[in-house]
Amino acid sequence: MSIFIDTSTRLVVQGITGRDGSFHTQQMLEDGTQVVAGVTPGKGGQSFTTDDGTKVPIFNTVDRAVRETGANTSAVYVPPPFAAGAIMEAADAGVALVVAITEGVPVQEMARAYHFVQDRGVRLLGPNCPGLISPGKSKVGIIPARITHPGPVGVISRSGTLTYEAVNQLTEAGIGQSTCVGIGGDPIIGTDFIDCLQAFKDDAETEAIVIIGEIGGTDEQEAAQWIDENLDLPVVGFIAGQTAPPGRRMGHAGAIISGSAGTASEKMEAFRTHGIAVAKRPADIVGLVQKGLNA
Amino acid sequence: MDIHEYQAKELFRKAGIPVPPGEVATSPEEAEAIARKLGGTVVVKAQVHTGGRGKAGGVKLADTPEEVRDEASRILGMSIKEFTVEKVLVTPAEDIEHEAYVGVLVDRSSQAPLFMVSPEGGVDIEEVAATNPEAIRKLPVDPRYGLLPHQALWLADFLYSDPSLVKQASKIIFQLYDAFHSNGCSLAEINPLIVTPTGEVKAIDAKVSVDENELFRLPDVAGYRDVEAEPWAEGRAREAELSFVKLDGNVGCCVNGAGLAMATMDLVKYYGGEPANFLDIGGSSNPDKVVAALEIITSDPNVNVILFNIFGGITRCDDVANGIVEAIRRIEIQPPIVIRLTGTNEEEALEILEGAGFSAHTSMDAVVERAVELAGSS
Repeated sequence: MSIFIDTSTRLVVQGITGRDGSFHTQQMLEDGTQVVAGVTPGKGGQSFTTDDGTKVPIFNTVDRAVRETGANTSAVYVPPPFAAGAIMEAADAGVALVVAITEGVPVQEMARAYHFVQDRGVRLLGPNCPGLISPGKSKVGIIPARITHPGPVGVISRSGTLTYEAVNQLTEAGIGQSTCVGIGGDPIIGTDFIDCLQAFKDDAETEAIVIIGEIGGTDEQEAAQWIDENLDLPVVGFIAGQTAPPGRRMGHAGAIISGSAGTASEKMEAFRTHGIAVAKRPADIVGLVQKGLNA
Repeated sequence: MDIHEYQAKELFRKAGIPVPPGEVATSPEEAEAIARKLGGTVVVKAQVHTGGRGKAGGVKLADTPEEVRDEASRILGMSIKEFTVEKVLVTPAEDIEHEAYVGVLVDRSSQAPLFMVSPEGGVDIEEVAATNPEAIRKLPVDPRYGLLPHQALWLADFLYSDPSLVKQASKIIFQLYDAFHSNGCSLAEINPLIVTPTGEVKAIDAKVSVDENELFRLPDVAGYRDVEAEPWAEGRAREAELSFVKLDGNVGCCVNGAGLAMATMDLVKYYGGEPANFLDIGGSSNPDKVVAALEIITSDPNVNVILFNIFGGITRCDDVANGIVEAIRRIEIQPPIVIRLTGTNEEEALEILEGAGFSAHTSMDAVVERAVELAGSS
C-alpha cells in the first residue's frame, strides 16, 4: 500500500503549458502517473503532447477537467502570484488532494488559501514542496522516481534534495519506500508531519518511518510527542540546520530560528525524549532504519 | 525584508496611525536642521536592521540643535552588531505616561496572522512571553474575513481601562492590521504604543518585515530596500537569485537545495571544520549562477576551500559540471575546489570535470572530509 496517492490517482496538472509544468508532466508520465488533464486558462481545447506522442487534453478550468476526465488529484505548477488562487480553484473543483509545488507564494495569500481548502475538506500538500511518490504506483511532483524503490519505509520531509539524498541511500542499501512525502519548506503548509504519520500508521505496508526536519517552528517537536503517544513503528529522525545562526532565513521561508526557538538541538532533543532514533548525519539514516526494521 | 523604523513609520502614517513627526538624516548638519525645524527636545535614533539600538548607544535624547548635531555625529558611522549606522531619525521626544505593545505577525501554528498585545510595552515581547505570559493577549485573525471591529476592541480592552484610550487603541489596532495586510508584511509591530499625559495614544517606535514574495506587486515598498546597508555578497546573491547566508568558518559551501545545504554545513562541523556560508544555488544549473556563487564565496577572505555538493534529481549534474568549468574560465579562483556530484547524468559530469583537471567524489561524507582536511592544512 501507500499513502495519499496510488494507482487510482488521476492527475490534473495546473500550469501544464508552463516551463516547469510541461517538463514535469513529461517526467510524471514517464514515471507511470496517470496524468489525465492539464489546465491553462485560455488554452482549453488544445492538448499537451509528450516526446513520445502521448496527448493530454487541456482545459480552461479545473472544474471542467475534473468533470470530463475524472481527475481526483491536482498538481500546481503555476507561478507564485497565481498559485494561491489555483489551489483554491482546485479545492472548489472537488479534487481530494492538491499538491502545490510552486515556491514563493505570498504567505498572507497562503494563509487565506489554507483555511479555504480546510473548509472544503480537501487535502493540501505544500506549497514549496517536491510533492510525493508511491514508488511503482504514482508520482505527483518532482521527486526523481529513479532513486526510489517500492518497499516498507515511509519518508516525510520538509526538504527536497536532502530527501533525495536520504531516499537514494535507502534504495542503494536495498530498502524500498511505501511513500515519500515532501511537506514543504514554507511557514504555512497544508499537510504536516502528524497528518503523514497518521496516514502511515493506517497503512498496512509501512513498517518504519524516516522523518527529516529542519530549523524553524515546532512541527518536529509536536510530531515527536504524537509519535510517542500514537505510533508503534520504528522512527528515524534527522534535523538539518545544526550550524544555522539564529535570525537568518536558511533558503526555505520557514527555516529560521526566531529568538531562541526552533533550533536543531531542541528538535533533536525532542526526538530523543520521545524514543525516536536520531541520525547525526544523513549517512546514518540507513543503519538506523535497518536496525528498526530488524528489531 | 526588514525595513527601517522611519520607513515603517511612513507606512503606519499612510494607514492613519498617529505617529510623531520626524525626518531622517545622513549627516550631523542635516540632523541639526531637522531638530531646529521640530523645536524642543528630540530623540536621535540610529536606523539599522537590528535590535538593541538603545543598549548600544544608538538612541539618544538631545535638548538643543547643537546637541543633536553632536549626538548624530557620534551615532552616524558607529557599528551596532555587524551593521554600520548610515542614517539617523530625528523625532520629537514624547512625554510618556504608559507603554504598551501591539504587534501582528504571520503565525505558523495557527496558519494565520496572529495579534499580540500587552500592557507591558517598551520591553522585548519575547521576554514578557517568557516571564509573564498572562500579560499578553493573543488573537489569530481569520484571513478570510480579516480583523473584525469587535476583535480590535477586545484587544484594546486588554490594554487600558479608560474608554477613551480603548477607543483610540482599537482604531490603531485596526489600522495596524490594514498596514500589515496591504503592505504584504510578515511582521508589523508598535513597541511602545504610548499614552501621553494629555491622554493621546501614539506609536513612537515601529518595526516591519515585508514578505519578499509580495514585493513584485508593491513597488513602493520594494523601493525601501536599503541596498547600501546590505553587504556586497548578499546583494550579489539576491541579484543572482541565490540564497546566501554568511558564516564565520573557512569552508565555502555551494549546494543545490536548502535542506541539503544545511545538512552539508552540519556535516562540515561534524568532521571538525567550520562552514563559511550557507549557499543554495537552487534547481537551475545555469553557469551564470555557478559563476555568481563562486564570486560570492571567494569574496570572503576566510574561505580557503570550496565545496560543491550537488544531488542531481531534476538538476542535471553535467549542467552543473559545465557551469563550474565555465566559471573557472571566467574568474580566477585561488582556493582549491572539491566536488561531489551524484544523480542524473553523473557519468557525463565526471568526464567533463576530469577533462578540466578536477576529480569529483560521489559520496557526501568523503567530499566533506576532504574539504575539511584541505581547510585545515592551508
